[in-house]
Amino acid sequence: MQLNSDILNKVQYLVGSAEIACNLLSVAAKVPFDDEIVEFLNDVSRELMKNGESKAYSDVVTFGFWIRKGSVLKLKERFNENDGIHLGKGVVFHIAPSNVPVNFAYSLVSGLLCGNSNVVRVPSKEFPQVKIIMETFNKVLESHEAMKPYVLCVRYDRDKEINDLFSSVADMRVVWGGDQTIAELRKSPLLPRSGEITFADRYSLAVIDSDSYIVIEDKNRIADDFYNDTFFSDQNACTSPRVIVWTGRRIDEAKEAFWNTEHTLVKSKYTFQPIQGVNKLTQSYMIAVAEPGVIIEEHSDNLIVRVKVPKITDYLMDYRDNSGYFYEYDCKDVLDLIPLVNDKRCQTIAYIGDKGTLLPLIKSGVKGIDRVVPMGKTMDFDLIWDGYNLPTMLTRTIVMS
Amino acid sequence: MTFDDILAIPPYSLNEVEKDKLLTERLLDLTHHHLGSCTEYKRMLDATGFMIGDVQSYKDLLFLPVRLFKELELKSVPQEDVVKTMTSSGTTGQAVSKIYLDKTTSSNQQKTMVKIVSDFTGSSRMPMIIIDCPSVVKNRAMFSARGAGILGFSIFGAKKIYALDDNMKLDVAALREFLEKFKGQRIMLFGFTFMIWQHFYKELLRLKEEGITFDLSNGILIHGGGWKKLISEAVSHDEFHKRMQEACGLHDIHEYYGMVEQTGCIYMECECGHLHASNFSDVIIRRPLDFSEAAIGEDGIIQVVSTIPESYPGHSLLTEDEGTVLGIDDCPCGRKGKYFKINGRLKNAEIRGCSDTYAAKF
Repeated sequence: MQLNSDILNKVQYLVGSAEIACNLLSVAAKVPFDDEIVEFLNDVSRELMKNGESKAYSDVVTFGFWIRKGSVLKLKERFNENDGIHLGKGVVFHIAPSNVPVNFAYSLVSGLLCGNSNVVRVPSKEFPQVKIIMETFNKVLESHEAMKPYVLCVRYDRDKEINDLFSSVADMRVVWGGDQTIAELRKSPLLPRSGEITFADRYSLAVIDSDSYIVIEDKNRIADDFYNDTFFSDQNACTSPRVIVWTGRRIDEAKEAFWNTEHTLVKSKYTFQPIQGVNKLTQSYMIAVAEPGVIIEEHSDNLIVRVKVPKITDYLMDYRDNSGYFYEYDCKDVLDLIPLVNDKRCQTIAYIGDKGTLLPLIKSGVKGIDRVVPMGKTMDFDLIWDGYNLPTMLTRTIVMS
Repeated sequence: MTFDDILAIPPYSLNEVEKDKLLTERLLDLTHHHLGSCTEYKRMLDATGFMIGDVQSYKDLLFLPVRLFKELELKSVPQEDVVKTMTSSGTTGQAVSKIYLDKTTSSNQQKTMVKIVSDFTGSSRMPMIIIDCPSVVKNRAMFSARGAGILGFSIFGAKKIYALDDNMKLDVAALREFLEKFKGQRIMLFGFTFMIWQHFYKELLRLKEEGITFDLSNGILIHGGGWKKLISEAVSHDEFHKRMQEACGLHDIHEYYGMVEQTGCIYMECECGHLHASNFSDVIIRRPLDFSEAAIGEDGIIQVVSTIPESYPGHSLLTEDEGTVLGIDDCPCGRKGKYFKINGRLKNAEIRGCSDTYAAKF
């Protein structure tokens, strides 16, 4: 069976062609971590690492590092399951978010490592990172002819007909980009046995044990870590902490040191946009009206605006903002956080201190919290992401008894 | 200091020191009043640790972002005292500001407007041409900014016509008849900058090619609403003046800057092309990074203060407009107070993030 070529011709192919897309359904699935896939990715990694252009983009370098053979083989070890024979599901249709440049590549590699043929809709915005990665894929595919049917990167404007077509052949659909994009894609039906992984709008928080923080010598490194978790993505990624929870006995002291170091870093690195100051002021007054007793902390400029809340409520995140706008809570008992984390939208907790103290919170049976990671690691992609075990979901298990 | 005391003074007569004293006194009174009468306002001030006793100058007062009036219903009078609710003109689906007026605030808005505009037009009323369509002011229960502007300025008109019909077509016959009737008299024209350009100027130009001309050299045009929509047509302030004069001889043209959140306190453009703050209000240019006051000549975000608002806590607001103060008390036109220019709207933030909210490409 071939796909409708009229529709396929409306698509721009950055990697692959309409011809390859046409024959998607006749491509054989591979076993996860198939040698050829691993070699192919390793070659892509090598190309990316030696490309002078990549060096300017830390996200491209990080991606290149993640797909090198050594790193992939470690993943293989972790996900090596002996409960049967595993095969890729078949065709995976990915919708990447429009304003995170490299995310599409991680989604693609996840599908690829699991043995699937992939169609990835890349951001419509012309990010240089996308261009670099596309060129590299194209170059390496020339010496990996057999991999060509497994890697298709496409670009197209809002077009339900194209969504319909790729959805109609997908064994799995992976949708990034949040609630609105998911709602849009849900208008395109999937086959009865096909599944979907959706990355919805999420929010995250950080829990900092003041006693642990105070004794850390290299506070500048912590400031860097926190910067990467927040300002690097305008504090607007699903993983970016929006609420900072302080525990322990030296909270006031820790806050002062933490925010002073962070402020110095932000001042030297972050590109501030005038409207951001107005947005933060607006949001801080909105929460002041909604929640009597909040304190808008004094700030010498609008780079970092902090609002201390007297209690954690389930509506706090209705008042979220970005680009350096933080709620803070002095916490005596982690169970106080239940209203914030007992919500499917709650994703990551970044921590400094003993992560074990968070176990009672998780075990209380909350609906949220999919990741608990050290501060600085919130953006580190893994095959278990956002609460989904991707290798399980992107493969099928064949029983032979 | 009551509002009537301010009304008694000629609107552009106070120098910087005198005006600072007047504004500080009146705006502190208003702050006290709103703190006692508007719970939401009090909560905002409490959250910042604001101490009214620390205020040295009106410049120390907090300012509320104008967007709050879209999100919240802010009023300092009981609902039964509200005689009018004004709304900003937003496109469909957009949140609009809601401004609640009682009798006093509403009447003070009108009195202020008369004082300010008369300084430019003289106190006698004139025949008036409204360059808009009559339906804009039909629904009196909800006043849009456009309707409110027209009604506000209508008090300067002795005899009025709307130059456009409800399909936004120029009513040539009515205009001709009106100009014939008031031949030789000074005529006031009022409208929104973009409407004037799109539906009046362009039509005059077309008619001129057909040999039909109008002489408006006796007219005084007051217009507002901003240049945003004209940027795409590459029409600047100077171009607008030049083309209007060419089209119909109109040369006495004054722009005004104002907003529904502070109706009454408009900022009129003088003969030298500068927008002026009257005794009733002021602009303070704030640096985006820390909201400190910008120097003369330095661009920043415009804060506006007004001595009028009693029924809602809108006496000190942070707009989303950018502007520059050009000078204080020394405009060649002779008016005291600050004079400034508007540079346009603040740009929306371009931010990263996982959610495709504003891109909405799918």
